Amino acid sequence: MTALTMTPLSETTTPSRETLLEIYRIATLIKQADDRFIELIKAGQIASPYYSPRGQELIPAAISVNLRPSDVVVTTYRGIHDQLAKGIPLEPFVAEFMGKATGTCKGKGGPMHITHVASGLPVTTGVVGSGLPIANGLAWAAQLKKTGQVTVCNFGDGATNIGAFHEALNLASLWKLPVVFVCQNNGYAEHTKFELGTSSRTIADRAVAYGMRGVEVDGNDAVAMWSAAKLAIDRARAGDGPTLLDAKTFRFRGHLLGDDSHYIGKDEMAQAMAADPLPRLRAWLIAEGHASDAALSDIERHNVEAFERAVQFGLDSPFPDTSELERDVLATEIAA
Amino acid sequence: MSSTPKTINMIQAINLALDHAMEQDATVLALGEDIADKQGGGVFKCTAGLSAKYGTERVKSTPIAEQAIMGAAVGAALGGMRPVAEIMLMNFMTVGMDQLVNHAAKLRFMTGGQTHVPLTVRTATGAGFGTGGQHADYLESWFAHTAGMKVVAPSTPADAYGLMLSCIFDDDPCLFIENLPLYFVPGAPPVPGTRVPIGKAKVVREGRDVTVISYSRTMLEVNAVADELAKRDISVEVIDLRSISPLDMDTLRASVAKTRRAVVAHEAQVDFGVGAEIAARLQQDLFGQLLAPVGRVGAARSPVPFSKALEAAYLPTAERISAAILQTLA
Repeated sequence: MTALTMTPLSETTTPSRETLLEIYRIATLIKQADDRFIELIKAGQIASPYYSPRGQELIPAAISVNLRPSDVVVTTYRGIHDQLAKGIPLEPFVAEFMGKATGTCKGKGGPMHITHVASGLPVTTGVVGSGLPIANGLAWAAQLKKTGQVTVCNFGDGATNIGAFHEALNLASLWKLPVVFVCQNNGYAEHTKFELGTSSRTIADRAVAYGMRGVEVDGNDAVAMWSAAKLAIDRARAGDGPTLLDAKTFRFRGHLLGDDSHYIGKDEMAQAMAADPLPRLRAWLIAEGHASDAALSDIERHNVEAFERAVQFGLDSPFPDTSELERDVLATEIAA
Repeated sequence: MSSTPKTINMIQAINLALDHAMEQDATVLALGEDIADKQGGGVFKCTAGLSAKYGTERVKSTPIAEQAIMGAAVGAALGGMRPVAEIMLMNFMTVGMDQLVNHAAKLRFMTGGQTHVPLTVRTATGAGFGTGGQHADYLESWFAHTAGMKVVAPSTPADAYGLMLSCIFDDDPCLFIENLPLYFVPGAPPVPGTRVPIGKAKVVREGRDVTVISYSRTMLEVNAVADELAKRDISVEVIDLRSISPLDMDTLRASVAKTRRAVVAHEAQVDFGVGAEIAARLQQDLFGQLLAPVGRVGAARSPVPFSKALEAAYLPTAERISAAILQTLA
């Protein structure tokens, strides 16, 4: 694949230059955050299991530019890309990743469960497939309140084999809920290749069984992803019901940090790395005249500076007091 | 009918509480299998008439899909609603456990207090209708064991009404346990709008020799046993727990400090049950004052049997409760 294979689209469905640069800004921020988190973990400055989204950055970046601040995003333990794309403030985000008292969840959620309600990130689940039924409920509340709010629910291809996925798709279609299900289909469920764990030809096909729109899209193509997300979000907002997006992507850094991806063929990995969506988008933006190399470098530098400030904030922050164990279990504090 | 009825059963009490809550607050929703009037107003009719009054958008029948029901309820609660989910029978809670235990119960804590889940789950259970091993289990200790959840199990219509209102307007997830035989037992009607606080037990009968702690349907047997033993001049103090979690240890301690003997009786299996928790706490708090080990009566450690011939041996019958009481007095 080269930059020139980007899906051609008509004028009306092409993102503006500003939108493309915003997608690039978000996607590079995600990559930079991922690189930095891995450095910090390897240096022993953060102790946590970590599920890298490297390779999947364009999906949430292209979705988020179509969302309103009041829209909500449900994601999973592999979720920092979705959180950053939705605009989570960096300092409490990094502090939460480090388990600090200044984190968005006071250090009680951690990397697998980062949420930030003010940014529209109410649920980040560590249980495969569990976000979908909850996304329905958020969408149902919005439908009843007629707020026009859209719920986007992210999950991997592995989640489409668990019962919750099927129950949730059926209900969402039945109730015509304003929800967009985004399968970030990276081809591997933990260590199991797609076709060894999934009986259907595609994830999009599964929507057919529930009378829902199912759309295959190249999740590593910013323009195609933007376009598919826009249509799905617009439809949900207009009351036309849910969509299942089958966004094809790849996962470069294994299921869990430390996983050497031994179950992925060397050729397959090499081919995927060569088609890394980030450098591809960068080259395309320059080739199409959307931005100069210097302008993109500015975006990258700005990201790094902002993220480093957040890392420093996190490192300087205190850990939560042990009294926090009794707080937030119930509305009223529990006496031991 | 314009005059207040002399008695009301638990189905009517629950229906009344839902009606009053929905009338009072437009964010109160109900969802579950067949709960709308077109589908019969719930298999036990607890939601009868509500969809006619409040519409099928607020009183929503669902597919037979407990994960979807529970998840929709969790999400709606996060979205600012106060959903009441009906899980027809307690054994079917197992199908929706992940949504309740991993999500509803934990989200407040895991988000550092940013979110909360004001969700009520209604579910019914109880032996006696020949439903066998997968329709009658008492699984309350699973949920009481889960931090972030409240569990209530009323035994009278008025308490059912008052606790239902409290659960609906509580800001944390509450499990409301209903009992099949109790549905049809008449009792005094509630005072409209009167809530029963969650976490408050009730001394329903004062006594001096032994405290019997129970809840839900087993209260029927306990009350009958207390009447019987009174004839033999054994004075039993009876406490209806009403709320399992939080546990009202103040009321339990005060009573047992007085009687110095205690028995816990419930329909769930004895092993690892609510009785074990209460016995442990009483023995911890009142070790020097107790005149006998805390007795426990409950179901046998087997699945709920179908055959009537096995049922009496399985259940905490009046005879077994009585024997346990007498043992503390021996």
